[in-house]
Amino acid sequence: MDKQMIQLFINIVGEKNVKQSQAQLLAYSYDATANYQSMPDLVLSPRNTEQVSKILKICNEHRIPIVPRGSGSNLAAGTVPNQGGVVLLFNHMNQIIDFDKENLTITVQPGMITADICNFVERENLFYPPDPSSMKISTIGGNISENSGGLRGLKYGVTKDYVKGLTAVLPNGEVLKTGGKLAKDVAGYDLTSLLVGSEGTLAVITEITLKLIPLPKYKMTSIAYFHSLEEAAKTVSAIIANKIIPVTLEFLDRKTIDAVEQFMKIGLSTDVEAMLILEQDGELTQVEQDVKLMTKIAVENGAIFTKIASDDVEAENLKTARRVALSALSRLRPTTILEDATVPRSAIAEMVRMVDEIAERYKLTIATFGHAGDGNLHPTCLTDARDQEELKRVEEAFEEIFEAALSLGGTISGEHGIGEMKAPYLEWKVGESGIQLMKGIKAAFDPNNIMNPGKIFAKETKKRVVLQHVN
Amino acid sequence: MSINLVMKKSFQEHVDETLLLDCMRCGFCLSSCPTYLHTDQDEAQSPRGRIALMKAVRDGKVEWDSSIEESFNLCLGCRACEPACPAGVQYGQLIEQTKEAIQEVKPQKTLEKTVRNVTFNRLFANKKELNRVVKLVRFYQKSGLQKVTRKIGFLNLFPPFMKDMEKALPEVPKKVEKLEPIKPPKIKVAFFTGCLMESLFKEINEKTIEVLKLLGAEVVIPAEQQCCGALHAHSGEMQKGLQNAKVNIDAFDSDDFDYIVNNAGGCGAFLSEYEKHLANDGKYAEKAKRFTNKMIDISSLLVTLGLVDYLRKIPKIPPNVVATYQDSCHLRNVNKVFKQPREILENLPGIQYKEMLKADSCCGSAGVYNLLQPEMAGKILDTKMGYVKEVNPTYIVTSNPGCLMQMKAGINKEGLSSSIKAVHIVEIVYDQIKQVSTNIATFEAVLN
Repeated sequence: MDKQMIQLFINIVGEKNVKQSQAQLLAYSYDATANYQSMPDLVLSPRNTEQVSKILKICNEHRIPIVPRGSGSNLAAGTVPNQGGVVLLFNHMNQIIDFDKENLTITVQPGMITADICNFVERENLFYPPDPSSMKISTIGGNISENSGGLRGLKYGVTKDYVKGLTAVLPNGEVLKTGGKLAKDVAGYDLTSLLVGSEGTLAVITEITLKLIPLPKYKMTSIAYFHSLEEAAKTVSAIIANKIIPVTLEFLDRKTIDAVEQFMKIGLSTDVEAMLILEQDGELTQVEQDVKLMTKIAVENGAIFTKIASDDVEAENLKTARRVALSALSRLRPTTILEDATVPRSAIAEMVRMVDEIAERYKLTIATFGHAGDGNLHPTCLTDARDQEELKRVEEAFEEIFEAALSLGGTISGEHGIGEMKAPYLEWKVGESGIQLMKGIKAAFDPNNIMNPGKIFAKETKKRVVLQHVN
Repeated sequence: MSINLVMKKSFQEHVDETLLLDCMRCGFCLSSCPTYLHTDQDEAQSPRGRIALMKAVRDGKVEWDSSIEESFNLCLGCRACEPACPAGVQYGQLIEQTKEAIQEVKPQKTLEKTVRNVTFNRLFANKKELNRVVKLVRFYQKSGLQKVTRKIGFLNLFPPFMKDMEKALPEVPKKVEKLEPIKPPKIKVAFFTGCLMESLFKEINEKTIEVLKLLGAEVVIPAEQQCCGALHAHSGEMQKGLQNAKVNIDAFDSDDFDYIVNNAGGCGAFLSEYEKHLANDGKYAEKAKRFTNKMIDISSLLVTLGLVDYLRKIPKIPPNVVATYQDSCHLRNVNKVFKQPREILENLPGIQYKEMLKADSCCGSAGVYNLLQPEMAGKILDTKMGYVKEVNPTYIVTSNPGCLMQMKAGINKEGLSSSIKAVHIVEIVYDQIKQVSTNIATFEAVLN
């Protein structure tokens, strides 16, 4: 980027908030997705909506790509500046703007860390449920852009269920306000919902009003171990069929348990094939009743051992164990590539079986964990990016996993987003007309295609694979 | 050859690609990194960013320049990112390898050269040299020269931080009164005395011996021991560090000792990694393993010897002062020792233990970091002192001479030297036990 252009940005945010050294540009060239890296031209840290607006106007005028970035924990290469341009940071926009105990809302800036929001409202006996595994480092802006899920999604839903209103800057610099502290609002198209999960491709979000709910009084966590993945999966379906909606119903396979135990050292059994982590919250008697019943169902479906966490520390350790699963798995091989295929809950056992079969056929090591209660699995391939031949098999295997999920009525991504990584597969899920409509929406917001370009929409859709050996 | 190519080659030679690939960039380390948090979350000052930079230099994906070097230099080496990392990335090893790769090919600036030369080739290579300097320091203090220097404002010529550190020099040691030990001793321990501890903080070492003896340990000080080599290794002088390691391994290689004890967290971590660093050394691998297996820090050994049981049984005096504990990063993050010192402090007579916020986060001392990176070290210390003030303790207890000096510097900087004192854990143990009973001959009876 030439000096004059850089000076324009310095005039807006000040010299200290412009990063342009080699080290800094490199440090914003990646996110948590393996095998994607590309240098930005400049990194900017605006302090408010007005500065964001001025930045966008310049970028729009000069056709400079702009990539909004939280903490860079994206898993679909959504925050990699693959066409260079400006990376926009929110490290100076991380404050609470308004905390409204009468309307039960909190309004925050996008750079605030998700866990800090949870901790803040919980001190007031209120609850912000969405809890992506990266919540200790992820920003709320990133969560909104990806419509992140989490461990509590089964009972409480995902990020979109808690976003009441947004302030966003359009690529032409205009400031848009959507929704508000309202229980009801049907004034026109639901632009709030449209922006949530738009992966930074439509506008830059600068303020977020979140819905809060009362903090449940009690919670209880338990685990169940199984000799087979199918028994665990059947338990999940049986629990829901029994009309229990637990907060958390998480699944870890043997490889994942093993890797997690290496890090956590909390005494997880490593000689079992699968493990479920269950949690219920609410009133004490209901919580006890549900956890007992879930345990009974687990045993009926073949659980070899069940245990209720004896205290908060143990319960927290179990959930942390699940949250670190992906990172811990990377101990096993140099490169970890994970997917996010999601199926209807009732199809979870079938999906687990298909992933296993595909892994075996392609001679790959795939560990699986995930939000079993949501039908949202994270088959994770442990591989080595330096081995091109193996990498090709990984790609083919994942294509089959996408196809398997779709054949079961599922989707190619439950909560990680499309980004650059899954763009070639989006059409498999939404069809050609879906892609065309989405492109039309994109063009209406961002006619010059400066907002996180190269994400969601691929140059070319991958040819669909024909599923083999599907029973 | 261009500097880019030279660096790339040096990185390829020194920085282990397999270790680099352990990082999957999840970012879970970010919130544990003091420099990331003190640079308004600059990813280039985070563990994940630094590892990405190491890889980029190694792969020739980035042009070597001062910003890259600064990113590595600003790393404290506190290794708080290691316990935070689910992927088990061995960051400590990576940053040491990186420093070595740079050190090998990079011309140094004069200030750094002087600090390095004095530190590595003279002071910490040779105990006699260090003792000579300490004698000079003592002369400086005793002769009144310290007062004169302060008056003249000689130190104003140096970065302000040097002034804070000068004030943090320990006072001239007092004579340490003997405690009456258990007889006959139950175990035999070899004491790794450490350079700073044995020179500037001699009094603490003497108290260490007294407390150990009191608890039934015979203490031996092998004469041939040298500096542990940690400062060398952290600064890219691994080979010099390992020379010292070998001297120490030989000095302590005896079946006679049940433990090898140290009272400096920074030394302890490196001592316990001798095994790792010498794993491929035909002659020393086995010996290094034996050495590492016997290594123990003073708090853990005191607990093992029954100190806490003893404290629970001796007469109580009501807590009249508050003590807080500042973790030694390397004792906590590398040797995973953090419960033992707290357990001791919670049970000491006359002490009310209060945990401060972020006690597990680096104080900014980090070996010679506070001399080479005074600005960042100062910022980190200011944050630390903010947490200290919330607890408002009489004692800040530490487990490492660097932390001890840094906390003293922080206290001086804040003008709190009349109300807060920084001490080593052994000092407070010794002093509080003595307060309860000067006749500790009853100890054995109490313990049995």
